Amino acid sequence: MYKIAREKMPQLYRRIAENKELYLPLEIGGQANFAVWEEGDTAALDVLKTVKSPKDAFFPQSENLYTCKRDGKKLSIEPQALKEQEFVVFGMKACDLQGVQVLDKVFLADPVDSFYAARREHGTIVALACHEPEETCFCKVFGIDCADPAADVACWMIADELFWKPLTGKGEALTAQVCDLLTEAEGAEETVEAEKENIRRIVEKLPYMHLSLDGWNADAQKEKFDSPLWEELYKPCLACGTCTFVCPTCQCYDIKDYDTGHGVMRYRCWDSCMYSDFTMMAHGNNRTSQMQRFRQRFMHKLVYFPANNNGCYSCVGCGRCVEKCPASLNIVKVIKKFSEEKAAGGEQQ
Amino acid sequence: MQKLIDRIRELLADGTVARVLGWRTGDLPYNPEPAYFECEEELQDFVYNGFCGANLSKYMIEASRLEGKTLVCLKPCDTYSFNQLLKEHRVDREKAYIIGVGCKGKLDIEKIKKQGIKGIESISGAEIEEAAESLTIQTIYGEKTCAYKDAMLERCHVCKGKEHQIYDELIGDSSDTTDADRFAQVRRIEAMSPQEKFAFFQNELSKCIRCNACRNVCPACSCRKCVFDSTKFDSSQKANADSFEEKMFHIIRAFHVAGRCTDCGECSRVCPQGIPLHLFNRKFIKDINELYGEYQAGEDITADTPLTHFTFGDAEPSIVGERG
Amino acid sequence: MSIEKNEEFRPKIVAFCCNWCSYAGADLAGSSRLTYPADVKIIRVPCSCRVNPMFILRAFEKGADGVIMCGCHPGDCHYSTGNYYARRRMTLLFSMLDFIGVENGRTRVEWVSAAEGVKFSATMNEFVEKIYSLGKNVRLEDLRCRS
Repeated sequence: MYKIAREKMPQLYRRIAENKELYLPLEIGGQANFAVWEEGDTAALDVLKTVKSPKDAFFPQSENLYTCKRDGKKLSIEPQALKEQEFVVFGMKACDLQGVQVLDKVFLADPVDSFYAARREHGTIVALACHEPEETCFCKVFGIDCADPAADVACWMIADELFWKPLTGKGEALTAQVCDLLTEAEGAEETVEAEKENIRRIVEKLPYMHLSLDGWNADAQKEKFDSPLWEELYKPCLACGTCTFVCPTCQCYDIKDYDTGHGVMRYRCWDSCMYSDFTMMAHGNNRTSQMQRFRQRFMHKLVYFPANNNGCYSCVGCGRCVEKCPASLNIVKVIKKFSEEKAAGGEQQ
Repeated sequence: MQKLIDRIRELLADGTVARVLGWRTGDLPYNPEPAYFECEEELQDFVYNGFCGANLSKYMIEASRLEGKTLVCLKPCDTYSFNQLLKEHRVDREKAYIIGVGCKGKLDIEKIKKQGIKGIESISGAEIEEAAESLTIQTIYGEKTCAYKDAMLERCHVCKGKEHQIYDELIGDSSDTTDADRFAQVRRIEAMSPQEKFAFFQNELSKCIRCNACRNVCPACSCRKCVFDSTKFDSSQKANADSFEEKMFHIIRAFHVAGRCTDCGECSRVCPQGIPLHLFNRKFIKDINELYGEYQAGEDITADTPLTHFTFGDAEPSIVGERG
Repeated sequence: MSIEKNEEFRPKIVAFCCNWCSYAGADLAGSSRLTYPADVKIIRVPCSCRVNPMFILRAFEKGADGVIMCGCHPGDCHYSTGNYYARRRMTLLFSMLDFIGVENGRTRVEWVSAAEGVKFSATMNEFVEKIYSLGKNVRLEDLRCRS
């Protein structure tokens, strides 16, 4: 275990940025988001949740796949180079970390997504424990411990010191690069343990942390799918893509062509199951109403994904959708509604 | 609020309306959601408080297609949007029973959180009955207070007034919460140099994640199919692929609602990235006011709209450069 | 991606011309042997009113450095009132572009009749000169369109 004083952090960033890209939560226009740190930027490490999740670092919102160029009668195709630059994502939270693991299940399973795999290979994650979790958090529901993030390096910000604990080979390598800035922390285990206990105590008090996922499994697929509750739940939904674009686990994307005037650029960009052209095919669309699109989002996260991935939900309880939905709809309200209905049904019997 | 609920109950019971469009209590102290209520039992969850900022007039487009009348609760500024939709024949007046609800300024949870208040357990002072000066917020990190004015939505600082433009009956008192100049921000930007203007908007628009929340919440954006959703349209409507795309989307969206935008402020309220989208709309409104005469969309449904009319003596486009 | 010093800047200019007046005006300029720079690319539209604000932005996206719209003089529209609507639209759009920091000189509207070949050529010469002085458009272009 090592430590570094808060005021020395810019030195740490500078050192890392010497030969790596450094992604940090930065405040731009009043909103904190992960972005590449440049000299002079102040990191917003005290922000619990960035607006967008840090998944951009591994799976950017838009990325080029290849470019076709026309030169007279000749056509050339240039594939996009894979990521080769080493980079560090600093300040990810335990929930975001789990989000990356969910993405791994999708993109690293056969057939491997080479763009994503290259980013995973070259990325080192420095995670930060959540000092003051909020009322919109429900990570514990998915078995995530926000007090003890298991990344390449785990960090705790206690008072004005950052405690630094490398956990993997990549983490050790990064530690070696910055070791002269860090000091060996004697007896830090105890301080960190106390902080962990403190965080876990707060977690117990939060309203969403005791949510029950009873009944959300593959066996309930048909029952959930056919439930009349969706018809009621979706009503306020505006069909915007906020929930999907701030989500750390949403992984659907669309592939499009852009006409540059002298060639074609094929790129992919995040798609949202809330949009009317989601999974649009030549014959039309297989989900024609907003109710169906709304249902798809939650069924995917809580039923289909765990059915295909040994029970792993594709929600991590970060609560971004809870905070950002323009109509104040969210996954928690959906889960609660189904639980209530079940309880009411039980009473009747 | 009790008076409102009692009246709603009455209208629902005697069959005047088939359903009620209002707000349902959220599971946190600040997140009520727009909802339909079809029977007395469901009304238990009905709520109307300072966090009911959502403008329900757009939901009336869908509700106009339903069987029977829909009772809709509209705040003074929402009635402008309803009027505008009426003018454009997007809602059916016969299908709506409008209760004009009182409004003393709506709250923005983002502004409360920006003050470092987190772990919120309960909020008092947001109820609509008394005109509270401040909010008392219980959090797991202790009790916090916040002045009501400091937690108000941006749009409430430039309130359009306490008068409802259209209603069947009024319940509750409203007050004009104006304490800022509606065009002050626009004027400040106009005074900047092109470089500064560009830097300002580049910074703001680069945050856009193309979630389309601004468009989908906008009562003026009532097209069945948006031009930006067309598959034949050469634009990445859901990718922030290039800084041009963001400008294109926001300028064109503002242009499409120019002269029809009532400045209800929903776009800025819902933007997950806090982009001051109202600036685009207000710039158009300000120009229209200056060049073609004062015009407030949704105020008078018989008035000529600025972009579908003209006069022979209109200013030439070169005025943009000339007035400096 | 800066422009190399010795490489001479040649502006790309898009001119939307209405079929009835301005396009004929351009024709007249040509048949009268009046010159205007070849940097101006004319797009013929049925009426100035046909010009959608998106056309203007698209032109900039694909690399135009200046966009000019020409139509019949107010009162002379082949469809009676088209150019009056266009006038309001373009005024508001150009004002918005100015508001977000795109130099005002990059956009222009000029009324050119079928008899005004001289005015057409003079206007284009003047506009090209203006764009030369403003330089390359970098505020409203799509980087992907650069070759």
